[in-house]
Amino acid sequence: MAPASKIKIIVAKPGLDGHDRGAKLLARVFAEAGMEVVYTGLRQTPEMIVETALQEDADVVGLSSLSGVHNYFFPKVVQLLKNKGLDDVIVVGGGIIPKEDVEGLEASGVKGIFGPGTPTTEIVDFIKTNARSRN
Amino acid sequence: MFEEKTLEKIKAETQKWEEGTVSKALSRSPERKKVFTSISNIPVERLYTPLDISRLDYSRDLGYPGEYPFTRGVQPTMYRGRFWTMRQYAGFGSARESNERYRYLLEQGQTGLSVAFDLPTQAGYDSDHPLSMGEVGKVGVAIDSIEDMRVLFHQIPLDKVTTSMTINAPASVLLAMYLAIAEEQNVSFDKVGGTVQNDILKEITVRGQYIYPPKPSMRLTVDLIEYCFKNVPKWNTISISGYHIREAGATAAQEMAFTIADGIAYVQACVDRGMEVDSFAPRLSFFFNAFTNVLEEVAKFRAGRRYWARVMKERFGAKNPRSMMMRYHVQTGGVTLTAQQPLNNVVRVALQAYAAALGGCQSLHTNSYDEALCLPTEQAVTVALRTQQVVAEESGAALTIDPLAGSYFVEAMTDRIEAEIDEYIKKIDAMGGTLAAIEQGFIQKEIQNSAYRFQKEIESGDRVYVGINKYTMEEPPPTNLLQIDMAVGEVESAKLANLRSERDESQWKKALDGLREVSQTDQNVLPAVIEAVKARATIGEICDVWRDIYGEYRPKEFV
Repeated sequence: MAPASKIKIIVAKPGLDGHDRGAKLLARVFAEAGMEVVYTGLRQTPEMIVETALQEDADVVGLSSLSGVHNYFFPKVVQLLKNKGLDDVIVVGGGIIPKEDVEGLEASGVKGIFGPGTPTTEIVDFIKTNARSRN
Repeated sequence: MFEEKTLEKIKAETQKWEEGTVSKALSRSPERKKVFTSISNIPVERLYTPLDISRLDYSRDLGYPGEYPFTRGVQPTMYRGRFWTMRQYAGFGSARESNERYRYLLEQGQTGLSVAFDLPTQAGYDSDHPLSMGEVGKVGVAIDSIEDMRVLFHQIPLDKVTTSMTINAPASVLLAMYLAIAEEQNVSFDKVGGTVQNDILKEITVRGQYIYPPKPSMRLTVDLIEYCFKNVPKWNTISISGYHIREAGATAAQEMAFTIADGIAYVQACVDRGMEVDSFAPRLSFFFNAFTNVLEEVAKFRAGRRYWARVMKERFGAKNPRSMMMRYHVQTGGVTLTAQQPLNNVVRVALQAYAAALGGCQSLHTNSYDEALCLPTEQAVTVALRTQQVVAEESGAALTIDPLAGSYFVEAMTDRIEAEIDEYIKKIDAMGGTLAAIEQGFIQKEIQNSAYRFQKEIESGDRVYVGINKYTMEEPPPTNLLQIDMAVGEVESAKLANLRSERDESQWKKALDGLREVSQTDQNVLPAVIEAVKARATIGEICDVWRDIYGEYRPKEFV
């Protein structure tokens, strides 16, 4: 794959949650799958995440939450991306997310939700299929 | 433990067994794998014999319960005296809801409390702070001021119940509130028992609830330790935590090694403050994880106890045996729970609780089977508590002390884990100590590498995880999950507005000014913190005083 066509993904931890095992692991998996990865670290507000996506010209924003705040944060990131005209940047999320919340999150514009136990290959494939084309 | 002649005989016989009986069996049907490893990736041999523990010296390496080096346990009679403390970590929503859950658990036979705070409280923000949006009351109870603390312990006598509080960066603020409530209940400080986690180093490496840079954070940690040994003698001033290190991906040996490295840093900081090691060390406590591989966990606990005892005696010159005891709480492994087929988690937790008991824990939290799905429901919490009651009352684990001692395998594994701990401690010392190793990202990277290796093993199928990569099935979405009221944030904010308008402004200002002043000197801050919480200063206001003086920590990320 030519460097210009690399998918660029922001891996972000919204809110005060400190559980970053999954986020860090996926950052490494994405990089090994040929993506360009920016890991934001902890305590990101939706505004900070969207600003990073804008600055970095990202194709994908990956959000991780294990403290039960996904219904608050994920749709907010989608909305702010839209406000900035970044409609074609997809948002995916993972963490401790009850199945009954998935429908609502997807309706709000989150492209994919991946719960505990999802093989990382499945997430990589999903992103490669759904990320905007760089050509 | 064995005569040279006996060992030689066993050696010859073992060889004969391998070349004869075993190789015949292998030619008929090979073993399932070429190499067998524990969940922590330690190679495990087909059979263990006296040859594997030939250098074990009973008196030197094992000894007796309640005596150095405490390999066999820290108390002389262990669970024959009394069971471990059954302490379920709980808290959610408002102080009132959590108080109801605590009183329910105490009625069900729980013997100690363990308070989970929400993330704003843990990060030192008031419920109405912008960064608290969406988080109030979510993973724990929201505590803004002494008013909330009074509700949290309503009708719970603080001289009868011990309380463990998972609070780190703002530990002194929550301890101050607790002591103030004890005072209101007419309970003197020398009768108050419990624990604050107060372990900032693992917040920096793995858990993420830090506020200030490492140096001022360590100062606040040491202040609390110093204040308590003088004023609250039954309080466990720190709970040096491997739990979260393991959750982040560490192996069993790494969990123990990095926790001991943190412990060494705290003891050194207290010694550097001029405190006599035997004055404060008896109140240090630890907190570990327990995974499903029972024998490896038991070996880890035994190795940790022995290594810590030697560190305290040889490195720090402790004389009081109590200073050398690694007393610890165990929580079963949250990260081992699956969202798939969640009832299987009941079995995992039972094995983990059994490991904790056989390993000699002082207190135990058993996880609820639904924790990979949501915060635990009352039904799941009850099953979790019953699980440890079954282990205590029915399994036989509490009948005799350290029952796995002398097992060739468990002793060999204990030695092996201890050797790995020692290797890490030497490496960390050579790097300039724990803070330097953290600064360089060494500890973080070691843990992340283990997490990565484990994930690869799962995905390649090399390691089987039931319900994840084998024995999977379609299942309907789970029902009856616990929902937290989103309105807690608004209610807490309204309470805060009320508090701020009602409290005595001049008393409040005086207390915060006093705190600011003392925080800029070398004096212990605790008395000023207690004054501030009594003057109804909020946790956010108190932590802001220190944010102004010490600044905020921004970690380097090592991915």
